Amino acid sequence: MRFSISRWQIVAWSAGIILTLPLIFLIFESLIPDPDVFDHLWNTVLWDYTFNTFVLIFGVLVLSSLIALPLGWLVAYCEFPGKKQFEWALMLPLAMPTYIIAYVYTDLLDYAGPVQIWLRNTFGWQNPDDYWFFDIRTLPGAIVMIALVLYPYLFLIFKTALREQSFKLVQASQLMGYSAIQSFFKVSLPLARGSIVAALALIAMEAMADFATVNYFAVSTLTTAVYDTWFGYYSLTAAAKISGIMLLFVFMFLSIERFSRRNKAVHERGGVNNDAMLYKLSKYHGFLATSFCCLVLLLAFFIPVSILVGYAISYFDQAFNSEFFIYAWQSLKLAAIVSCICVALSLFVVFNQRLSAKSIDLIPGRMASMGYALPGTVLAIAVLLPLSLLDNAVNQFVGQFMEEPGLIFSGTIVAITVAYVVRFYAISQGTIEASFSRISPSLDMASRSMGKTPGQTLSKIHFPLLRRGLLTAGLLIFIECMKELPAALLLRPFDFDTLATHVFQYVSDEQLELASISALFIVLVGLLPLYFITSSMESAKLEEETANE
Amino acid sequence: MKKTITVLPFILATLASGFATAKDVVNIYSFRQPFLIEPILNEFTKETGIETKVVFAKKGLIERMKREGKHTPADLVLTSNFSALLQLENAQLTQPIQSDIVNKNIPGQFKDAQGNWVALTKRVRNVYSSKERLGALPELTYEDLADPKYKGMLCTRSGKHPYNLGLIASMIAHHGEQETKTWLKGVKANLARKPQGNDRAQVKAVKEGLCNIALGNSYYFGKMMQDPKQKVWADSVFINFPNQTNRGSHINVSGVVLSKYTKHKANALKLIEFMSDEKAQKMYASLNMEYPVKSGVALSDMVASWGEFSEDAISLDKISENRTLALKLIDEVKFDL
Repeated sequence: MRFSISRWQIVAWSAGIILTLPLIFLIFESLIPDPDVFDHLWNTVLWDYTFNTFVLIFGVLVLSSLIALPLGWLVAYCEFPGKKQFEWALMLPLAMPTYIIAYVYTDLLDYAGPVQIWLRNTFGWQNPDDYWFFDIRTLPGAIVMIALVLYPYLFLIFKTALREQSFKLVQASQLMGYSAIQSFFKVSLPLARGSIVAALALIAMEAMADFATVNYFAVSTLTTAVYDTWFGYYSLTAAAKISGIMLLFVFMFLSIERFSRRNKAVHERGGVNNDAMLYKLSKYHGFLATSFCCLVLLLAFFIPVSILVGYAISYFDQAFNSEFFIYAWQSLKLAAIVSCICVALSLFVVFNQRLSAKSIDLIPGRMASMGYALPGTVLAIAVLLPLSLLDNAVNQFVGQFMEEPGLIFSGTIVAITVAYVVRFYAISQGTIEASFSRISPSLDMASRSMGKTPGQTLSKIHFPLLRRGLLTAGLLIFIECMKELPAALLLRPFDFDTLATHVFQYVSDEQLELASISALFIVLVGLLPLYFITSSMESAKLEEETANE
Repeated sequence: MKKTITVLPFILATLASGFATAKDVVNIYSFRQPFLIEPILNEFTKETGIETKVVFAKKGLIERMKREGKHTPADLVLTSNFSALLQLENAQLTQPIQSDIVNKNIPGQFKDAQGNWVALTKRVRNVYSSKERLGALPELTYEDLADPKYKGMLCTRSGKHPYNLGLIASMIAHHGEQETKTWLKGVKANLARKPQGNDRAQVKAVKEGLCNIALGNSYYFGKMMQDPKQKVWADSVFINFPNQTNRGSHINVSGVVLSKYTKHKANALKLIEFMSDEKAQKMYASLNMEYPVKSGVALSDMVASWGEFSEDAISLDKISENRTLALKLIDEVKFDL
């Protein structure tokens, strides 16, 4: 066989390597021996932290599955009151940053919060010994908070997968006497397994990287350990070591995901599904379905938002700030740029995986996805390591001829952009990979046998079929960028504030009230793309149906 | 490909905006929330015409400066506690602040001998006690916090927060490692709940009856008094100054360093001088309820109403030496878990 490198391989491998560079630098940092701090942690608290991390991830995965899988199935297959609205509304919680929902619920449910005060006043209880009330600032509390804002990943991806499955299979299972529940477990779930695992891998990584919630809830996890070692013991090396352990976990998640999809390629597109739903729920069941959807929405979105609105009204004078529009514009711009870069890169990377069919070409995508699990501040420093080297080199070189240009990479918005791309690339990789896997390879073969180049196949065959997946990926990244905090905080240049960094200065002083309007802005701006995407998905569906007729 | 092409102008435009720099400017890296220092900076701009720009982060700024090296845009760094000042000095990111005005304003114990850092305000680590259930505790010591008679009554924020770390490090400096560890175990045993929240949240918890005593910095008390919602919390507690019968109360400082690679040295010095001077010190006192470092500056009426007290005179360096050890003890007794 002739050894050759295609243009696709070059693009995919360079993308993979560039996005992994920060992690490689971090791993090098971790190799410097620093036994003192690491051994001390190992002997004292590291095991507690690791245990908590596992419980956190496991809890979030279970809870978000319990929420998202039934919701996805209901919305995709059943007819019940409010279904059309729930289809997009159930995505709303995604726009809610965890540090805001955690703050709001603590304020509400804490011992000193209005709910418990009301209970005490109503029932005449005097002190904590008189009654039992769950403590929100605990590991289970953190699990609930994180699951409430992350379940939409699974919901969206599962729903899309169900839609793209042919109804015929479920109908066949009905004919064979399966009840709705049986066919959910025996047909729909197994068919959508790849998508589910992909979504769960994303959720697991995001839960692991969370710092804001666990820190606020005083739950110590591995992320806490990273921050402690770095900012407490001043040892970036030990922090990098712990990050290395976390990266190992990620690698594990990604391998599990891959493993679960082995030989299980389900290449299928339903296409002909019409709007008539498979199951028309009875009045009673329909009521239950509607109530379940309402409850989730209420907890994950409407309660926090209405509390924010309440803050905004009572603290309006202090919270109003005409600079919101600048912050909002800067956040939007950044989010749009990052989403486009991520989607474009992962399209090429995944396409190369498909073209080459060699397992070695899976590596770029896997490597580039690992950044998702790094806590934001660690990622920020990891990005600074190569960028500042690059800056120094540029300055040294240019300095021979003219005035040194200064920090053109690490000191500008380039640094934030790179950090976001490294962090959120995994989302587009996962989503687009899942979409690609549903396109039958026979289409590629047909296209190639008609003399089309890979590039033409990508643009003429795959691109139209992938449009929904690409939009979904772009949307998810956009919203994540709007919420992202630690990396922006640490990397931003002077005169560059995002909504999140503005909100944080108040949240960090436990005075979210004073930034409530900006916080609402984050949520609102996140809703725009949700609306845009949902409507364009609808029109994509219409087009497909017309094309099929 | 098309996508990249449409995005490119965006990126370039945004980049270009980052390069536009004004001449008369001071760039500040700040560990303190911008809204806390804004009034002082505004006053400075009004007087001198020098514009100030702030990047705020609670974590990682020092690492960022290390990586930026001589190209760092930061002219000075404002910190909220003493250990960050020393860390900046140790990382060799500072240069001596040479100014007669600063030297005159700031007493010797609150600046580095070489001038690598200068403290700007003082804050006391107080103990709040419930008016209703405990009353004022004028004789209380930090050592008493481990006394079993306070079992299940104590609330505090994380032991690893710089304010608590400073206190624990000072305990080590006074009593040695072993005794401090025993003390820390006793304190943990007295906790009403796992350490959480900030200093205000502890007072709120006292108000609601969850605990009877709480650790907290002095200025939070003043800030709460000014907030209509939080005033109720502050009204429910007495503010006590511990160890008045012996060495005095533990204090921490906020401060400033001059960046080694500043490109606006004259402007930065002007700002440091301004912050050490009467007007800004007075603003710190009246707006943020802190204790001014410059002697002779009047306290705000509220701060003055808490009364005179004696300060622990131990040197800040001595406390700082024990910082890492304090952190280790916290892990060993699993204070936060």
